[in-house]
Amino acid sequence: MKVTKRQTSNVKRQEVYLDHAATTPVDGRVIKAMMPFFDTCYGNPSSLHAPGQKAHKAVTDARNSIAGLLNAHVDEMVFCSGGTESDNLAILGTVNMSKAELKRMYGKNAVPHVVTSAIEHPAVLEPLLKLEYRGEIELTQIKPGANGVVAAEDVFKAIKSNTVLVTIMLANNEIGTIQPIAEIGKLILKHRKVNGSIYPYFHTDACQAAGYLDLNVEKLHVDLLTLNGGKIYGPKGVGLLFVRRKTRIEPQVYGGGQERRLRSGTENVPGIAGLATALDIAQAKREKESERIAKLRDRLIKGLLKIEKSRLNGDAKNRLPNNVNVSFMDIEGEAAMLYLDAKGVYCSTGSACASTSLDPSHVILALGMSYEAAHGSMRLTLGKSTTKKDVDYVVTIMPGIVRRLREISPVSLDMKQF
Amino acid sequence: MNNKKGQKKIDIAPAKNGGSGFYSDVVKEHFFKPKNFMEDESGYKADGQGMVGSPACGDVMRVWIQVDDKSRRIKDLKWKTFGCASAIAATSMMSEMVTEKGGMTLEEARALRPQDITERLHGLPVRKIHCSVLGDKALRAAINDYYRKQGETDKVEVEAGRVIDKVLKITDQDIEEAVLDGAVTLEDVQRKTKVGTGDPSCIPEVEQLIRFYREKYFGAE
Ligand code: FES
Repeated sequence: MKVTKRQTSNVKRQEVYLDHAATTPVDGRVIKAMMPFFDTCYGNPSSLHAPGQKAHKAVTDARNSIAGLLNAHVDEMVFCSGGTESDNLAILGTVNMSKAELKRMYGKNAVPHVVTSAIEHPAVLEPLLKLEYRGEIELTQIKPGANGVVAAEDVFKAIKSNTVLVTIMLANNEIGTIQPIAEIGKLILKHRKVNGSIYPYFHTDACQAAGYLDLNVEKLHVDLLTLNGGKIYGPKGVGLLFVRRKTRIEPQVYGGGQERRLRSGTENVPGIAGLATALDIAQAKREKESERIAKLRDRLIKGLLKIEKSRLNGDAKNRLPNNVNVSFMDIEGEAAMLYLDAKGVYCSTGSACASTSLDPSHVILALGMSYEAAHGSMRLTLGKSTTKKDVDYVVTIMPGIVRRLREISPVSLDMKQF
Repeated sequence: MNNKKGQKKIDIAPAKNGGSGFYSDVVKEHFFKPKNFMEDESGYKADGQGMVGSPACGDVMRVWIQVDDKSRRIKDLKWKTFGCASAIAATSMMSEMVTEKGGMTLEEARALRPQDITERLHGLPVRKIHCSVLGDKALRAAINDYYRKQGETDKVEVEAGRVIDKVLKITDQDIEEAVLDGAVTLEDVQRKTKVGTGDPSCIPEVEQLIRFYREKYFGAE
């Protein structure tokens, strides 16, 4: 009689949301902060009458608050529709603007060069690949080490005379690894000084990091920084780009000239108020919450790695306190995800089958791992509501699911290939 | 969206509604309780077996058949699949279709189309259509294997593609695969196959093939 099998089927079903890197629920305090701007204080911030000015004040308050948290100036905040738009604006806006300057310096055949990592979010990689495909930029993608961390030295060495932008994420969305942004930033500053150049600019996508890491732009030495609401218990559909004063950047959305002309369109007042509140709460609690959640993370990792033929993706220490990413050999992640879904556990996978493009996770592959490892990779991201009981529930049901899928899988690879 | 009249069209479920609505109940039934999968290979005497892999997402399917030598009907079919819910459900459904009502003849089984499986599954999301293609390919490979073992090599049907890009030796099948894997534009297909980069003169034909296969598998746009 198989004792383990019986144990699993007897476990009481629980609902466990472990996909906080995809998005988080909105905090009640955030909802409260947003409410007035839907009906009572509904003015357009561009209007000069009283309702308009009330809305304008709300946006200004949000700007002030976020600027304070980032140790930045109020006029360096550009609100937009989310992380993706913010990344696109940072990249397209600076690259386009640099072309004329580059031609002046290096002749009419000069093409801007951009350095990024091989593990960026699609919101960064896709616009860059498009520009490269069109021949508008030269692109260098820095490979991370097997631990999922990019070496600052490698980034620095890739910088050339025509490099106009370096963009590296603060923390990775799939494997949670934290990149040495401050270190890279320092090297870039030095480079600019030595060469007497304003380039390269340095951008970081901090969407995943905002709940757990320090966002002080002076310490990070970045010129551009991306944030959004949907990952920090704030609203979806609102984002921010920090643009350091004097950065040469052109808008990607034209119209009424809002956001110092950098992003036209009537401000999403409730969204902006919500983003500011969410960021405020997240940053105030981040140290304590990081400590609590890292313990749960390690408990989950330890429990899952007890399963045969499994491994952790990304550095065990240098990762976001809420990120677990484990590969189970010989199984396909989407199938595993759906079995978990049926048991009330909600997570995501780097499997090719689950992606719209049918490509396995470029992040897992960039770690030098096989297609199979990407196929069987599961991402479980913890959040405010996660408890020890949740973690233990997942650890109890996972072995049965993996065993079941292995039973119907024709693949049985050697761990060496893994 | 899908016209019921006229030739059979694949019933395509909305691809983006996510969550539990993503797959039909039939798909879920076969996914959570797969039928006829190979539990013990060592104790199974197969008359033919086939294995295929999808270059697209790296999925692998394996099929074993037992054939009645007289009637040439498939008495039993067992399978193993490394793939997503659609792939698992499609192979499971195929195993039922092939063996129900006394079993299909080898020729009937050979004529089984992915569309037939998809229909019985009450549709698959658009980007999952390609998962249903693997099962019947593995089945046809198993049938060939059976004929080979019987020494009836004249009945073996190899599926060779027609070469489109003469420099890179890319066939119409490669383009079909790419479309099944979700490629919509020439650019998408090139990203997967590099077709036309060696021999640009074939590009108009490639574009035509893309339209043809899009139409075939996903219906008119
Ligand atoms: S088997 Fe990979 S998407 Fe279905």
